[in-house]
Amino acid sequence: MDDELYRENLMDHYRHPRHHGAFDVPDAAADGHNPLCGDQVAVQVRLEGGRIGEMRFTGNGCAVSQAATSMLTDLVQGLTVEEAAALPSQAILDELGIPLSPMRVKCAVLGLGTLKVALHRSIGTPLPPEWGDDADELVWS
Amino acid sequence: MAIDAVLDPVRLRADFPILAREVHGRPLAYLDSASTSQKPQAMLDRMMAFYATSNANVHRGVYTLGVESTDAFEAARDAVAALLNAASRREIVFTRNATEALNLVAKAHVQPRCGPGDIIVTTVLEHHANLVPWQVVARETGALLRFLDVDDEGVLQLDALDRIAGEGTVRVVAVTHQSNTLGVRPPVAELVRWAHAQGAVVVLDAAQTVPNRPVDVQELDVDFLAFSGHKTLGPTGIGVLWGREALLAETEPFLTGGEMIRSVSLERTTWNTLPWKFEAGTPAFAEAVGLHAAIDYLNDVGLEAIDAHEHAITAYALARLAEVPALRIVGPPDAASRGGVVSFLMDDVHPHDIAEILDRHAVCVRAGHHCTQPLIERLGLAATVRASFYLYTAEEDVDRLVDGLLDVRRVMGV
Repeated sequence: MDDELYRENLMDHYRHPRHHGAFDVPDAAADGHNPLCGDQVAVQVRLEGGRIGEMRFTGNGCAVSQAATSMLTDLVQGLTVEEAAALPSQAILDELGIPLSPMRVKCAVLGLGTLKVALHRSIGTPLPPEWGDDADELVWS
Repeated sequence: MAIDAVLDPVRLRADFPILAREVHGRPLAYLDSASTSQKPQAMLDRMMAFYATSNANVHRGVYTLGVESTDAFEAARDAVAALLNAASRREIVFTRNATEALNLVAKAHVQPRCGPGDIIVTTVLEHHANLVPWQVVARETGALLRFLDVDDEGVLQLDALDRIAGEGTVRVVAVTHQSNTLGVRPPVAELVRWAHAQGAVVVLDAAQTVPNRPVDVQELDVDFLAFSGHKTLGPTGIGVLWGREALLAETEPFLTGGEMIRSVSLERTTWNTLPWKFEAGTPAFAEAVGLHAAIDYLNDVGLEAIDAHEHAITAYALARLAEVPALRIVGPPDAASRGGVVSFLMDDVHPHDIAEILDRHAVCVRAGHHCTQPLIERLGLAATVRASFYLYTAEEDVDRLVDGLLDVRRVMGV
C-alpha cells in the first residue's frame, strides 16, 4: 500500500472504530492518557482460555491514537495474554504504515501500552522493564 | 497594502536563509515564532566572524584576543541595556534563557525573603517557566500561591486582588507580558500599582514581547524582567535577566564558581560586583555577540514598525481564519487586545491531526498545550493549534495556512 492508501485505512478506523465500547464485566481494564495532546483511551478485555477473546475500547483524541487502538483490537484477537503483553510497538506502527514523528509515535502506541497495563493489573503479565512495575494507569510523559 | 507601509515582510524574508528552504517540496510557511524565531544572516555572520577572528575567554586574557572578546561581550550588555532602557548596564545579567532568569529571581531573591503564610501572586496565563519556580518557592518556604483567573477569552481578571491583599503579606507578583498561548496582554500597569502598594516586587516574563515591540523597564516600573535570545532573532543558550540595581545588589548569588567572585580563599569568597556576581562560569559570550547583532537588526527594522506589522498580520489572520468552516478562535476575537499569536480549534479535528496535515503543506504550527497546561485546562480544552507571527510573516504565509486548513477538512473528511 502506498502512503495515501494507508491514510485512507487510518481514517476508516478513526471514523468507524472496531470493537468500540465496553463490557459489563471485563476481565482486564485500564485507562491511558497522553497529557501532551489530550489523547485518552479506556481499554477492556474479555479472556477466553488464556487468550484475548475480545479487546474493546472507548476514547477520544487525535486520529492516530484512536485509529491505532482500533487496529489493535483486531491485531490482538486470539493472541495469548503473554503474546499480547510482549507485542512490540513496531507491530502497531507497521499496521499504521505511515511515517510518524517521535511525538506522534506516543499517540500511536497509547492503546497498546494501556492494554499492557490492563493485562499486568489483572493477570500479572510483565510490563516493559523501562516502565517500572507499579503502573496503575498509563500516562505518557 | 497597509502592512507594507510600515514594514515589508517579503523584503525582510530575504535576510533569513532558512525561509528559502523547502519542506515536502513546498516553500516554508514558518508560523511558530512564539516558540523560537528564525535567524537573520547578519546575526549568523557576526557569530561566525567572532569565532573566526576574536574567540578567547572573557574577563581573563591579558592578550589581544581576550581583550577583544571581553569588549564584544560587554558591548552586547550595553546593547541590551539600551534596548530595555535600563538605568544602568549593571542591571543586565546574562543567563541561559528566560527560564533560568526567572529561576534566578525566584530562588535567589524571593525565596530568602518569603516565610510561611506569605503570598506569591501569579496567573493562570503563565508559561510553566513562570509558574513552576514559584511552586517550588511556595513548597520550600510555606508561602501561599494565589492565582489570578481569566475569563473564557483568556482576559485576566483582577477582582481577586482585594481578597488576596487581606490574606497576608504579598511578596511577589509574577506575570507574563503576553500569553504565549493566546496572545493576550495582561494589564501590567494596574498590577504594578497594586503590587507596589503591597510592598511586593513585580517579575515580568517578557519573552513574548521584547522580540516585537518597544519594552521600557523604567516606563513599565516592574522590578525584574526576563527574556530569551532565541525568540529575539538571536541564538539559543542566552537569555537576559534585568533587575533594579538596588534589588540585585541585595540578592545573594544564584550559582557560584568562577567569574562571579572577587577573591577566593579555601574557606571563603567575596562576590564580584554587579552584574558579574550572577554570571558564574564562562558565560555564553559568543551568543551574546549574536544577540547584539540581533538587537542591531531589530533596531534597524524598528520595534514600533514590527509591533504595527504584528497587529496588522494578526488582524489579517483572524479575518481569514473566519473563512474556515468549524474553526473556533481561542482567546479574544479581535486583534486590538493581543499580540501576534492566534490559538484555534476545529470542533471536529484534533489539533495534532491539524498540525501534521499542515506540515505536509510546509506550514509550521504548534499543537498542544504550549507549556501552559493550567490555562488550557481552565479554558476546558485539551490542546490548541497555535500560529504565531513575526516580522518576516507575510500575508502569503497566512493564506498558505488557510489553504492548508481547508485541506485538513478534506483529508479528515469533515
